[in-house]
Amino acid sequence: MQDDTDQLLRAILRDVLGLKPGQAEAFTAQTGLFGHLPELDSMAVAGLLTEIEDRLGIIVEDEDVDGDMLADYGSLLNFVTERRSAT
Amino acid sequence: MTQWPCPLPGGGTVEEWVLTLRPEGAAKACLLIVPALFDEGNKLRRFTVEVMRRLAASGIACVLPDLPGFNESILPLEAQTPGDWQVAMEGAARHFTASHMLTIRGGALAAPRGVPGWYYAPVAGASQLRQMLRARILAAREAGRSETQDSLLEAGRVHGLELAGYRLGADFIAEFGGLVAREDPAVQTITQDGLGGPGLWLRPEPGEDAGQADALAAIIAVALAQKETA
Repeated sequence: MQDDTDQLLRAILRDVLGLKPGQAEAFTAQTGLFGHLPELDSMAVAGLLTEIEDRLGIIVEDEDVDGDMLADYGSLLNFVTERRSAT
Repeated sequence: MTQWPCPLPGGGTVEEWVLTLRPEGAAKACLLIVPALFDEGNKLRRFTVEVMRRLAASGIACVLPDLPGFNESILPLEAQTPGDWQVAMEGAARHFTASHMLTIRGGALAAPRGVPGWYYAPVAGASQLRQMLRARILAAREAGRSETQDSLLEAGRVHGLELAGYRLGADFIAEFGGLVAREDPAVQTITQDGLGGPGLWLRPEPGEDAGQADALAAIIAVALAQKETA
């Protein structure tokens, strides 16, 4: 499950942020997201969350979304993994 | 770009802009294209025109009108409803004697009735609205304000609402969230899976993808050719 989620999440980030091939694959848990990637403004975050919901089959409440969740790749992966195992 | 008399819901017409691409020689068919909505309309404009170029090269005339309130339209977006868009697109289908239509993403929600064709990657009003509400809530939170989807919608149904830089009227907010692409046996859905890559509306900036434009144009050109010989 973990491996699958990791792969799917990287693919979503690649598609939503228009990353170059290999860029999303090179993300580590410490790779900064919100505040670090200029592409990731509030509209892009909204698009990212919609894709996460559609492709990973989870619901993200607005209250869940904060700077911590989107701080780096590791925190976003943790959040998504927890939600997937809860459904 | 030329202008055409777009019907208004209360009667009368207004001049709206339309991009027309006609093949050399006689056209095999005339395809009305209903563009994507809001920010997706900007991101998919180049892609849409790329698809039109390919179709025109294979003998199909294409017309891409502005939806009232978007692009070069002089009508205020705030005064539009999804029903007004449908009236406009039905007027366009008549004016240009469209034999078929292709709607792009949320354009499916403004599809003219009684015209066969395709919905490309249709999206429900609820989904588009939710994403725009979310963007607004996130931007407000960064500015230190707390907003919720429910409270925004409640106020929006009375006073209208500004979402993602678009000023939307109360009637629009009340109607849009309940809309889905109309079921019609004469209209087929083309999903993104068939185009060989992620949808260009996901990108942060407008982009193009020759392979995806080839794929979408080919689906339509082949289907029209089959109808012609059938």
